[in-house]
Amino acid sequence: MHKAEGIQSVAWLLIALPLAGAAILLLAGRATDKWGHYLATLLSAASGVIGFLMFGQMLGYGTEERSRNLHLYDYFVTGNFNVDIGLQIDQLSISFVLLITFVGTLIHIYSIGYMAHDENRRRFFAYLNLFVAAMLLLVLSDNYLGLYVGWEGVGLASYLLIGFWQHKPTAATAAKKAFVVNRVGDFGLSIAIMLMFATFGTISYAGVYAAAPEASEGILTAIGLMLLLGACGKSAQLPLQSWLLDAMEGPTPVSALIHAATMVTAGVYLIVRSGPIFNLSETAQLVVAIVGAATLLAGAVIGCAKDDIKKALAGSTMSQIGYMVLAAGLGKAGYVFAIAHLITHGFFKAGMFLGAGSVMHAMKDDVDMRKYGALRTVMLITFATFFLGYLAIIGVPPFSGFFTKDPIIEAAFEHNIVLGICAMFGAAITAFYMSRLVFMTFFGKARWDDDAHPHESPLVMTIPLMILAVGSAGLGAFLMLGHRFQDFLEPITGAPEETHSLVSANGIITLVLVAAGVAYAWFRYGAATVPREAPRGSFLTTFARKDLYGDAINESLLMRPGQWITRIAVWFDNRGVDGAVNGLAALIGGTSGRVRRVQTGFVRSYALSMFIGAGILVAALLVVRV
Amino acid sequence: MLTLLIALPAVGALVVGLLPKAQEELAKYVALAVSLVVAVFAIVMATGFDTDGERFQFTQTYWWIKQFGVHWAVGLDGVSLTLVLLSVILVPLVLLASWTPADRYGGASEEAPPARSAKLYFALILSMEAMMIGVFAATDVFLFYVFFEAILIPVYFLVGTYGGPQRSYAAVKFLLYSLFGGLLMLAAVIGLYVYAGKDSFLLNDLIGANIDPDTAKWLFLGFFIAFAIKAPMVPVHTWLPDTASQAPAGALVLIVGVLDKIGTYGMIRFCLELFPGASKWATPVVITFAVISIVYGAVLAIGQVDLKRLIAYTSVSHFGFIVLGIFAMTTTAQSGAMLYMVNHGFSTGALFLAAGFLISRRGSARIDAYGGVQKVAPLLAGTFLVAGLSGLSLPGLSSFVSEFLVLVGTFSRYKVPAIIATVGIVLAAVYILWTYQRIAGGPPKVSFPDLGVRELVAIGPILAIIVALGFFPKPIIDLINPSVERTMSVVKQTDPAPTVAPTVAEGVKP
Repeated sequence: MHKAEGIQSVAWLLIALPLAGAAILLLAGRATDKWGHYLATLLSAASGVIGFLMFGQMLGYGTEERSRNLHLYDYFVTGNFNVDIGLQIDQLSISFVLLITFVGTLIHIYSIGYMAHDENRRRFFAYLNLFVAAMLLLVLSDNYLGLYVGWEGVGLASYLLIGFWQHKPTAATAAKKAFVVNRVGDFGLSIAIMLMFATFGTISYAGVYAAAPEASEGILTAIGLMLLLGACGKSAQLPLQSWLLDAMEGPTPVSALIHAATMVTAGVYLIVRSGPIFNLSETAQLVVAIVGAATLLAGAVIGCAKDDIKKALAGSTMSQIGYMVLAAGLGKAGYVFAIAHLITHGFFKAGMFLGAGSVMHAMKDDVDMRKYGALRTVMLITFATFFLGYLAIIGVPPFSGFFTKDPIIEAAFEHNIVLGICAMFGAAITAFYMSRLVFMTFFGKARWDDDAHPHESPLVMTIPLMILAVGSAGLGAFLMLGHRFQDFLEPITGAPEETHSLVSANGIITLVLVAAGVAYAWFRYGAATVPREAPRGSFLTTFARKDLYGDAINESLLMRPGQWITRIAVWFDNRGVDGAVNGLAALIGGTSGRVRRVQTGFVRSYALSMFIGAGILVAALLVVRV
Repeated sequence: MLTLLIALPAVGALVVGLLPKAQEELAKYVALAVSLVVAVFAIVMATGFDTDGERFQFTQTYWWIKQFGVHWAVGLDGVSLTLVLLSVILVPLVLLASWTPADRYGGASEEAPPARSAKLYFALILSMEAMMIGVFAATDVFLFYVFFEAILIPVYFLVGTYGGPQRSYAAVKFLLYSLFGGLLMLAAVIGLYVYAGKDSFLLNDLIGANIDPDTAKWLFLGFFIAFAIKAPMVPVHTWLPDTASQAPAGALVLIVGVLDKIGTYGMIRFCLELFPGASKWATPVVITFAVISIVYGAVLAIGQVDLKRLIAYTSVSHFGFIVLGIFAMTTTAQSGAMLYMVNHGFSTGALFLAAGFLISRRGSARIDAYGGVQKVAPLLAGTFLVAGLSGLSLPGLSSFVSEFLVLVGTFSRYKVPAIIATVGIVLAAVYILWTYQRIAGGPPKVSFPDLGVRELVAIGPILAIIVALGFFPKPIIDLINPSVERTMSVVKQTDPAPTVAPTVAEGVKP
């Protein structure tokens, strides 16, 4: 691997700048209230500029020389375990760098407007900057420990931002839940790292991947599954999905940046990055694909039943990441598409979340779509940009999603027909729930509250929407036509053996199903009147409204037994252990039962007796010796 | 030089104690000044430590009781040096955080705290400092024992005088547990002297002494049980929560943050080095109890309603990690354990300080007495959160590195215990964040002022150290490494080799 040169040799600035921003805003306190948000935005943008320059430099290199390493400092050395903090600048990490800094900066700008009236705006921007720094470390690190540090760093930022309105009990609970569920995933990631060290004696990407072919398949499968557990936590995949819907308690820009465009996709990054391990274990890959397929359906079903616009979008995020994970589970046939879909999704989903924020802004922070309707008439820019994102996500050609989701469905079919059918069916449900969302929000009759006076948001919010909409519309075609992105990423991820044509039988069937989904949604929510109160709905609707009983399962399987164990343990410790030890002490001292009421004077005699005892012991030992 | 470092706070304690009663304010300033001088002195001395040099440095050896082979022998290696630094850095901050009567009251009441002497409190803390340095610096087993026992006295009076309503119960319980351990250790110390037959208590003379393996097992147990009580390990941990619920927060920083480390330090220095064979014999049992401590302590922490008891139980869990790392007997795990001792001192110290700030304001240690602190006192909530995050070993904060090293190092030899111990990271998230949520989240249930400058100065440096060591742990690890290698060679253990050796050189190195 080559050393980083030129602008790439200051790649650490990418992380350091937003980190410094967070530190300044948090430590300097209220003094920075006036200009803190500008500083944060500027630093995020500066990171972006460096990222683009690095990208430019990379394009100047030949394919073989594009992967570069930048050693920063020695983290620690102990015995045969040494870890350096270093950055890996290659095609995969730079793709993420561009996504994170570009979308991240847009969301910073948007937040200037969105959070304008919040008294803690400075703190909000500090956390955003912290997030950007941690996320960049996550994708740039050249070893699993650095990745882990970034991994938990984004988790922390996510925790702080979900719970940004701590005074709302729901927000405080949601934040804690997100962190704890993620920790379950981290348990997996930790074990994976331990396995790597025990097996390979190193945890750097280069070292592990070079030695991986010599490890037994059992070990590789174990590592793969543990990595997957980590990915499930961060990316809200089954069975660790339950935190994401609650995470919508955070301010909407957070939902857009962290819980749609970037952080939740870190699991996909982890799997694709660890491709050299997964490629060697078919079992692990199959489990990855199954988890992805199951989640893409589960998320889509949840998305169908939510009246809360953010939660509907959150279900959709789960589902779309399910597509990416499915693709990543297909191995070399899918890695490129997973990342491509991740990038386009980053644009169109962030755009739609910000659009939803704009709608909420107009509707006095109401999130209930049953009280929306006909908003296209009053918020033209929001509507237009949202609509482009909508066309992208349901996969209408020639918009972005079509170019990145269709190949995943195609590749899934080639791999396994069941996975293919899941992916295709998912597309139909996606079309239904997204159309439902769009029709309920922007079409039909106005069902606004009497005191709602919707209006278009200020330019500082709508300009990011417009830019993201451009990506929603065109980025997919730009990346995928002529195999542009595939050729770029191939040295890292490998490439699919077969090439897909743009028009295929599966593709056409998918489009027909999508059209059917849209039509059904129009019939139910566009043409018909939407009641302001949610109807009771069938068994299936209730099932979906309750997030497929995910919380109920967690509660009855983990939380309640956990509470019982805790209670029993506390009782046991107070009565059992403490009692036994006290009793024993009392027995030895011959003072049964009086320990609790013991007085200070007693201590002296007790201590004295102990010292006398010790004295006798000493004497005895001396005698023995003589 | 080292003797001077021990004498300085001891003399300071005397001076402060002998000041006239009317001079309470002056006493506080004198004590603070002394502790600052000690800290500067120790840090300057530490810069002279040569990681490639002799094992023990700054050594001084004089006869004390010649007839029994007892020496005044002091010296520091990497581990004890880091622990001494931990002590001398914490003491001035603790003094600063104990400035008002409410700060020094271990109980919690909404009325004014009972009037108690500030002078005595500050003198006791200084005398504790002297003995803490002494106990880590002692290289003579008998001298170590003397410090080990003597330190009980100031702690007993700190808890018994400044504690809450149940202070005498807590103080007595603490003393009885410690005395019981001390007695076992005394017997073992004497037994060691007798059976080693070297006519000397010097550590250097005793290491490698030829002791009958069966006798060695008994002697090992004597030391180990004393240290396990001190550390504290399940099932002899119950004195700690009671002490914690009654003692003032400042004293707790030192009791849990430093004093308890004597237990784990003793395991490394005495159990492992003096009885390597017996240590290996006991390893399976010790590891079992360590893992139990990790999980059990964490579960109990989750179930607590009293803030200080909760922190005490988190420490039981953390000490489980330290003991696990020590007895896993791999280089990685042991460096992790030794680093953990320092990091735990800072992070638990910060947690107790923050808890103390909360309790002195609200007049209650019950978690459900709080709510919405984030809104009322954002700085206080923020410091509590950072300290807590260090307690749950968030990467980027110091405890993470040590916990990670312990786990990775343990896993390469003992897979199942390491996996069970890893469950601890999930439980840690629950006990810290749930507590934070109840204290800081929700609508405000309390109203009190945010942190003042004095309090910020007391807790700020600890948080800064936590962050700095989180990103740059190398200086401390480099300090510790020679000690680890030394211990590993005494117990004749080598690290398990990776099952698949890396075939190519790793990434580019400059």
